[in-house]
Amino acid sequence: MSKFTEDDLKKELETKEYEYGFYTDIESDTFPVGLNEDVVRAISAKKNEPQWMTDWRVDAFRIWSEMEEPEWANVHYTKPDFQAISYYSAPKAADPNKSLDDVDPDLLEMYRKLGISVDEQKKLQNVAVDIVVDSVSVATTFKKTLAEKGIIFMPISEAIQEHPELVKKYIGSVVPKTDNFYAALNSAVFTDGSFCYIPKGVKCPMELSTYFRINEGGTGQFERTLVVADESSYVSYLEGCTAPSRDENQLHAAVVELIALDDAEIKYSTVQNWFPGNAEGKGGVFNFVTKRGLCENNAKISWTQVETGSAVTWKYPSCILKGNNSIGEFYSIAVTNNFQQADTGTKMIHLGKNTKSTIISKGISAGKSQNSYRGLVQISPRAENARNFSQCDSLLMGNECGAHTFPYIEVKNKSAQIEHEATTSKIGEDQIFYCNQRGIDTEKAIALIVNGFSKEVLNKLPMEFAVEAQKLLEISLEGSVG
Amino acid sequence: MDLKEKLVSSFLAFEATVDTSNTIHDLRTEAIKSFEAYGFPSKKLEAWKYTSLNSVLKNDFSLFPKSEVAIEYKDVKQYFINDIDSYKIVFIDGIYSSHLSETTHDKIDVCLMSSAFTQSRFKPVMDVYYNTIVKEDGLTALNTAFAKEGAYIYIPKNEAAAKPIQIVHFSTGADNEAMFQPRNLIVAEDNAEVTIIERHQNLSSSEVFTNSVTEIYAGKNAHIDYYKIQNDTNKSSLVDNTFTEQHDSSVCAVHTFSFGGKITRNNLNFFQKGQGIDSILNGVTILEGKTHVDHNTLVEHLEPNCESHQDYKGIFDEKSTGVFNGKIIVDQIAQKTNAFQSNNNVLLSDKATVNSKPQLEIFADDVKCSHGCTIGQLDESALFYMRSRGIATKEAKALLMYAFANNVLESVKVPQLKNRINKLIAKKLGVNLGFDV
Repeated sequence: MSKFTEDDLKKELETKEYEYGFYTDIESDTFPVGLNEDVVRAISAKKNEPQWMTDWRVDAFRIWSEMEEPEWANVHYTKPDFQAISYYSAPKAADPNKSLDDVDPDLLEMYRKLGISVDEQKKLQNVAVDIVVDSVSVATTFKKTLAEKGIIFMPISEAIQEHPELVKKYIGSVVPKTDNFYAALNSAVFTDGSFCYIPKGVKCPMELSTYFRINEGGTGQFERTLVVADESSYVSYLEGCTAPSRDENQLHAAVVELIALDDAEIKYSTVQNWFPGNAEGKGGVFNFVTKRGLCENNAKISWTQVETGSAVTWKYPSCILKGNNSIGEFYSIAVTNNFQQADTGTKMIHLGKNTKSTIISKGISAGKSQNSYRGLVQISPRAENARNFSQCDSLLMGNECGAHTFPYIEVKNKSAQIEHEATTSKIGEDQIFYCNQRGIDTEKAIALIVNGFSKEVLNKLPMEFAVEAQKLLEISLEGSVG
Repeated sequence: MDLKEKLVSSFLAFEATVDTSNTIHDLRTEAIKSFEAYGFPSKKLEAWKYTSLNSVLKNDFSLFPKSEVAIEYKDVKQYFINDIDSYKIVFIDGIYSSHLSETTHDKIDVCLMSSAFTQSRFKPVMDVYYNTIVKEDGLTALNTAFAKEGAYIYIPKNEAAAKPIQIVHFSTGADNEAMFQPRNLIVAEDNAEVTIIERHQNLSSSEVFTNSVTEIYAGKNAHIDYYKIQNDTNKSSLVDNTFTEQHDSSVCAVHTFSFGGKITRNNLNFFQKGQGIDSILNGVTILEGKTHVDHNTLVEHLEPNCESHQDYKGIFDEKSTGVFNGKIIVDQIAQKTNAFQSNNNVLLSDKATVNSKPQLEIFADDVKCSHGCTIGQLDESALFYMRSRGIATKEAKALLMYAFANNVLESVKVPQLKNRINKLIAKKLGVNLGFDV
């Protein structure tokens, strides 16, 4: 067997093409490009939304038009031209009233290639999937099972029609329209997304799951996810993203809001594999996402993410620990390759007493990519006995990539206990040597080390998702993950 | 008229007092233009996010000292490390005080920037080093524009300064609120060695704002030990901009002891332009009242096989605020870099604040870089242990805090200075303990 060295791995990483880069030909119902107040109103009208929602969108649009695009992140890219994007694209085949059998076979084929066949999900994995293709949900499974428990899990566009009181109460309560440039844009033009409500005391019996895909060229994806866990409830929510190959950069500006009321727990897991651009750094998705959760008393929010895709990633899943004894967690693996750039991390805002947060961030950079961790841990003066532990480790493969750490720690209470540590290293020659010595070849050794490096985070993923995550890590680092 | 306008418009008056025919003055005119463009840093700048100079800048500072004030040595003896033989460069209100100083031109030059600016025999060194290491921003440009006086230390090849050099700046309040802009140049050529102790002391109750720039050049194998003692009054603000350029196998250590002042900002920058370099940045900060200390460090690893070690400890009581913003940049070619950074803080009061931002920017793969940051309290069980053995709470706390800061103190190589710092800490913690064992 030929010797597989780190150099080989490097080369392989550099030449590895995006495996899911195919394009399914479905007729789309697409708006002409450009953005103005009329487009916002048209989206709202298309969705048949009530007046309050239209007003909310228009208000967000007005706020957005006065905002400037932020530039502080450690990423470099050509800014998207917001007038060159089409803000609405729905597969013509989509009709929420159809059964699974009626779903466009092309679409099903697409999911089959991605290995997330709806049928399979339904039958084998006991996962309810709310599939979003180009912003409109095409199939919702297990709705009935969930309905028996009183759980609402549906596209947000339907939720606006069927449960306006819940949507109205919570939308924008964690990520206000004014929050930032992309959140404002999303608020104005979001076309669909998921809505989930877990009633008091209910433990959601299955993992809820959404797969997002960007399909039509030149369309932006603006989904909006809202998860509300009422008192003493529990939900585990999975979000997976894959996008086909495109030459021009595509914009993805989503907003995810989580609300965990007293004693509730939300576990939110993401596997993100948007198209990262090819080996020359051409194309790829811009992923500018605002994710934030609010914890009331004794509540817990846990973010787990595996980031392998996107040309530019810019996101900080955050927890506002408002209630006493609330807990925030953030587990992340970010893999960048070729010309990918990632600026990701978390914010833990400790407001309540006895609040705890844990941050584990693992960055793996290869090729010519740049990988940054940017995090904020803030302890307010009234947050007695707050506790934070942060660990950010970076692994560098090759000498053309970069790993950066920008942790912000702001403490205004003396009883706080904060620990932050970060390390940067490459796969040690001595570690590989140690393995070689014991009869493990270099390829396996690298696999072992990378696996061990990411294990803390991989272990946090729900069983159903671990497979997918493993798959994606393989795409990015094939030959190194066993 | 705000301070910026006042400074810019007073440049003409300043020109009347200096030789305008030499190249140094060209730099000054360039710099005042830059300052006009940059202005003072505001909180909008990422590097100044946690420190605002507004409360300082609103004062109506007198920019040029009017009269010379004599100080008797006995009155200020306590501010010197007086139990060792040393060279001294002493300034009173920005003006050199020859009777308090002890300079030399014997093999090494320990003298004044005003001489270096004007006398031709310093020109060869000045042409090579002056204003070459500093990175321009609003404050450093301002300093360059008004640079006139400061310490000039030149250690030629294979020489060592026989005794430590003390640089002390006194302000007397004779001009009420005053702003000073000392400019220091320290050049240690190949294999040279020097130890420097710097201190700023306000003797009055007037507001003082010091905007100091120090350039340090360390040639091959040079050893530089630099100690900064910051224990000024609560009317004194200091922005200390220090820039260090190091070459092969040189070792340069800057130790900062911050125990007082109104607003203290340390911009400490290291550029490693050779191999086998070691850069050491240490700091102990013990604050109370409404004091504010900001350590902003930058270490740029530009060549392979170098090391840097940063260790900053902070203890914050009452309404004090501490900021640590450490940045390590490892260039793509700087393989085999070992860079360490640690920032530990203890908060003693609910009104105290710590903002810490330890940054790593790494472009090379074969490196070992780590940073750690902690914020916490004194260990209750350790306190109980000592209390149960008859040590009073105050002393027990002081012992713990002393132990907390100890590994930085250990790095002080001048025993008398270490002794002095120990005493300062004991006084600061309000205990009478013999730490100096």
